[in-house]
Amino acid sequence: MSMFFTIAVIVLVFLIIFQIAKASEYVAVLKGEERGRRQQNKVNGFLMIGFLVLGLVGVYVCNEMFYHKTLLAHESASVQGEKVDSMLWVTLIVTGVVFIITQIILFWFSYRYQESDNRKAFYFPHNNTMELVWTVVPAIALTVLVVIGLRNWFTFTSEAPKEAMKVEVTGKQFGWIFRYAGKDKEFGKKYFRNIDEAASNSLGQIWDDPKNFDDVVVTQTMYIVKNKPVELIINSRDVIHDVGLSHFRLKMDAVPGTPTTLWFTPKFTTKEMKEKTGNPNFQYEISCDQMCGNGHYSMKGVIEVVTQLEYDAWFAKQKPNYFAAFPDKDPANAQPAAPAAGADTTAAKAVAAAAH
Amino acid sequence: MSNEAVLHGSHVDTSHHADAHHGDHHDHHHHQSFISKYVFSQDHKMIAKQFLITGMVWAVVGGLMSVIFRIQLGYPEASYHWLTDILGDINKNWVTKEGRITADAYYAMVTTHGTVLVFFVLTAGLSGTFANFLIPLQIGARDMASPFMNMLSYWFFFAASVVMMSSIFVESGPFSGGWTAYPPLSALGDASPGSKTGMDMWLIAMALFVVSSLLGGLNYIATVLNMRTKGMSMTRLPLTIWALFFTAVLGVLSFPVLFSGFILLIFDRNFGTSFYLSDIFLSSTNTALPNEGGSAILYQHLFWFLGHPEVYIILLPAMGMVSEILSTNARKPIFGYMAMIGSLFAIVILAFLVWAHHMFVTGLNPFLGSIFVLLTLLIAVPSAIKVFNWLTTLWRGNIRFTPAMLFAIGFVSLFISGGLTGIWLGNSALDIHLHDTYFVIAHFHIVMGVASMFGMFAGIYHWYPKMYGRYLNNTLSYIHFWLTMIGAYLIFWPMHYEGLAGMPRRYYDYSIWESFKQFAELNRFISTVAMIVFAVQILFLINFFYSIWKGRKVTSQNPWGSTTLEWTTPINPGHGNWPGEIPEVYRWAYDYGKDGHEFIPQTQPVGENESHH
Ligand code: HEM
Ligand SMILES: [Cu+2]
Ligand SMILES: [Cu+2]
Repeated sequence: MSMFFTIAVIVLVFLIIFQIAKASEYVAVLKGEERGRRQQNKVNGFLMIGFLVLGLVGVYVCNEMFYHKTLLAHESASVQGEKVDSMLWVTLIVTGVVFIITQIILFWFSYRYQESDNRKAFYFPHNNTMELVWTVVPAIALTVLVVIGLRNWFTFTSEAPKEAMKVEVTGKQFGWIFRYAGKDKEFGKKYFRNIDEAASNSLGQIWDDPKNFDDVVVTQTMYIVKNKPVELIINSRDVIHDVGLSHFRLKMDAVPGTPTTLWFTPKFTTKEMKEKTGNPNFQYEISCDQMCGNGHYSMKGVIEVVTQLEYDAWFAKQKPNYFAAFPDKDPANAQPAAPAAGADTTAAKAVAAAAH
Repeated sequence: MSNEAVLHGSHVDTSHHADAHHGDHHDHHHHQSFISKYVFSQDHKMIAKQFLITGMVWAVVGGLMSVIFRIQLGYPEASYHWLTDILGDINKNWVTKEGRITADAYYAMVTTHGTVLVFFVLTAGLSGTFANFLIPLQIGARDMASPFMNMLSYWFFFAASVVMMSSIFVESGPFSGGWTAYPPLSALGDASPGSKTGMDMWLIAMALFVVSSLLGGLNYIATVLNMRTKGMSMTRLPLTIWALFFTAVLGVLSFPVLFSGFILLIFDRNFGTSFYLSDIFLSSTNTALPNEGGSAILYQHLFWFLGHPEVYIILLPAMGMVSEILSTNARKPIFGYMAMIGSLFAIVILAFLVWAHHMFVTGLNPFLGSIFVLLTLLIAVPSAIKVFNWLTTLWRGNIRFTPAMLFAIGFVSLFISGGLTGIWLGNSALDIHLHDTYFVIAHFHIVMGVASMFGMFAGIYHWYPKMYGRYLNNTLSYIHFWLTMIGAYLIFWPMHYEGLAGMPRRYYDYSIWESFKQFAELNRFISTVAMIVFAVQILFLINFFYSIWKGRKVTSQNPWGSTTLEWTTPINPGHGNWPGEIPEVYRWAYDYGKDGHEFIPQTQPVGENESHH
């Protein structure tokens, strides 16, 4: 019913506008088309300058309203992101100046040079000097931006430092899986045909590879350490996803069959960010930034940035995925009567080591 | 085939400028049936109108879809049964019991919206309309090089439209993986319902579309190169023709690459090949696929090799028409005619060398990435030249604000706003932050979507009197312009801020995201404005169709005081365009305000004491 009412109102409004428009055309014809046209020209010339003024005010108001909701209002949470931010500012200033000047010129000229009997249009087909100037000046400005940009680009894409911790991130429809190498600092081999969710092998780890025995696999939340570079090795299990790290100002695609990498150094713990942003619910969210299906919008992961101490305590509590796949190999499941029952296997040794 | 032969079929003349010796030509086309005049027409003017009206239908469909998915973004908690009742009839998976649309529906509509607006509206609807309408009229030809191929081009487009439209109604829904259709998502039916039958139909429709584009493009190129009237050297061509010519060149060189990408995708989907597929385990079926060794990134290279030129295929016709309209209504020559051609040419070359700027975060080799940064930012130089030349064209003019002129000025404003954010995105170190956020949505909608729409509106308002022999209603036109101009900025400008907060594109709902949910109110505002702007476009359509039959009649042959040839034809030109001989051309198209003359038509011989520039 309300729908019917809305449609009726819309149709009515349309009819009214339409009738006014028709009437004004008759009036214009009666008054003499030329006079009507001149009047309309004046109105539109005036609207041009009105649009310019209101537009510039609008740009300012929009900035006041939304600036504090963007990431620029808070410091970047990664060392790399600081460079992104400073580059954003430089680019904003360069393009902002051009924007304001050219828009003012455009609407000012439109207003200023509207049709008038007192003026003859100036026959001005070309001028080589002017054209040279506005080829060269933008070229120089762009060169500066390219130089700054590429210097940052090569830093971002450089090898990760040796001391960086490594986390393997795997996207799937619709969630994230994280793997830590464990004590041996090396990831075990995997093969996608070994993936078997029912057998607790969501990554297809090859159990013949002893490096897999201590690999820890978690979902949902990834833990990393403040001020310690972290290298992400990014994979996908099905379609293309993207590890979107907006607070760190970075992102990288997850492509099935072709691993990618990304490294950065977090600057603040999650707790510190809660204070800095004044938001007690603050989280470092991993947003999937590449269309991956109808659950794309809900493909959320969380990063907890913690201190080294907190990290060590957290990691000590994690069990290698090997034990989830083979519960009988887990020392914790062993018979109390025979505590060292399985302890002679290589796996258990590796695990015992990893746990310390 | 010569112009004359084109018209009479029987008469073959090998001369390129056959028109010159047909002074006895009369318009003898009385016995045309309805079918050959309005349906299977070979008259370029009728084909242009067919493209235009089909494009309008798609614009309404695509626009309506954007309104629907904006309702979801703006009012995610509300229920709107009146809408979901209708959508539920189309596809039962599109609506929830609570009267809301589902993620499936959202993605299906986003994808269809993107595909049809980019290809069906702003490629076919724009180039198809104006290349067909203006090329013969402005170069002084009786029709296209091959009117038959031209007709086929439309009907392939029509067939593509039918297939695309039908795909909306299949049970598993239309394709829903984004207009870029990246595999593996687009290759695997089990990864997304839209990748089942809907994707097959999407690919068929797009293949038909490519054929249509190629038929049209080859024809436009051949016509511009071979069928110009006497005296119409390349450097006397109006800039519209240059732009349409370059557009056709871009399309002919890049669409085949897209086509090959699609063929490989069809193979992967149906014949078990692994061009794009490797290492895939699907959760939905709990199985690992047999494919190994393919590269999902290969598709992206093939796609963007068309995809980037495509944005210029959309933009160049608008640039050409805007140049023409600005000059005509400022009553001044376009500033820097040769520089305008040169910058178009530079854009065409560079357009082929920047495609990987869409792939900075795919794991692309960083060195390769840096080359693409350089080439991408280089495109900003010819773009800047164009902007400054347009501004100088206005300087010291005597401006008439016809509706076409308003849209042309609006185009320049939007092109500046959107082009400048391209400089942000082209710098890979910033793109790594902004890629696939609303910042990109804001950028390309302003620079490509809305700006080209403005170019198209400018073209329609300017050439409507030539198309239909009547005027559009001025008051409605002015309302249309100002509300659209204000609305476009209100919709897209704030999106930059959402992007700077990292808000990802192609999200159905933001409410679970701590980082992005602060924009709920803004999203509501944007959606409301979008609905109003859509309603204003309906007003334009009413004006358009009402005026075809009821508009004020055009009484003078050259209502805008233009120099170009189309205004030397009769008010309602028949098939063949000029009843008598085709006029000869003696000068360039921009002698406005020269030596104290209001304007000097191209057909007027150069006077003895005329000044040179
Ligand atoms: C002049 C007309 C232009 C048009 C029609 C245009 C069109 C587009 C389109 C359609 C996209 C969307 C890509 C996507 O779906 O992900 C896009 C993105 C992009 N544009 Fe433009 N653009 C133009 C100008 C520029 C300029 C001048 C630059 C650079 C100087 C530029 C650089 C970029 C970059 C780098 C992206 C990729 C951003 C991303 O994917 O994150 N564009 N552009
Ligand atoms: Cu996703
Ligand atoms: Cu591009």
